[in-house]
Amino acid sequence: MEIGLNHYLVLSTILFAIGLVGVMKRKNLLLLFFATEILLNSVNIAFAAISHYYGDLTGQMFAFFVIAIAASEVAVGLGLLVVWYKRHGHIDLDAMTSMRG
Amino acid sequence: MFEAIAFYVFAFLTIAMFYIVVTTKQALYALTALAAGMIFISAFFFILGADFLGAIQIIVYTGAVMALYAFGMMFFDTTRNVQEKKGNKYLIVGLSTLAAVLIVVIFAAPMVSENIVALYPVVDGVGNTQQVGLVLFTKYLIPFEVAAIMLLVAMVAGIVLSGKKMDLSLTLMDADEIKANEEKNKKVLS
Repeated sequence: MEIGLNHYLVLSTILFAIGLVGVMKRKNLLLLFFATEILLNSVNIAFAAISHYYGDLTGQMFAFFVIAIAASEVAVGLGLLVVWYKRHGHIDLDAMTSMRG
Repeated sequence: MFEAIAFYVFAFLTIAMFYIVVTTKQALYALTALAAGMIFISAFFFILGADFLGAIQIIVYTGAVMALYAFGMMFFDTTRNVQEKKGNKYLIVGLSTLAAVLIVVIFAAPMVSENIVALYPVVDGVGNTQQVGLVLFTKYLIPFEVAAIMLLVAMVAGIVLSGKKMDLSLTLMDADEIKANEEKNKKVLS
């Protein structure tokens, strides 16, 4: 049985849905970050699959830039988390109500 | 044949790992499952012939990002079980609707894009890494440089945010202030 583009797109959709459920469900900010990593990775799979099946390298280029953005996001986000934890002693999303949003 | 077997095995493993990441109550389990899932995803890149992307995936995600998360977890209290939100009916309904719409859109997308033409076609007889280098350093040179600047800014931000005493600047202080600071530090250390 031949593996086609649709197989990879379905896999990417499933992984994206898992990540989306994680983003909606998690209350701890560190685990919320994990869920965003899942989202970015599922999109990378779709990019690489389309790049392979259409014979075009643009998809792989976009995947590289997504990886670069994910790395910088983790660096800045973890720095902010460390500052928040030093100040408040927790990283719960529901307790961050100082802005009354 | 082998491609199909590899695809299904790694698809099952990746989905299982990411499901653990989303549902587990222990932050350490989530971290290790996420690292394993990242490595399994690199297998898809190798199957798809994107060798360089697979290597980058292993190096950056499981090497750098996971190490960063592991160091970050030392700051937080991770032995305690993670509290979860109580089940919300509207949330579940909204999530399922969103996922269903997403699946429909992704299945419909290839029908719309029947007449796609390759902008930078793959050349035969050249390795994947070489092709990636050719395209990255000709057509995508400016985004590459911008990404480099972005990584530099992120590095400086990470150091400033998580380092100690980053609100002090030695170049902006007088000699007396620096000396006073040093004596204060000595008292703390001794």
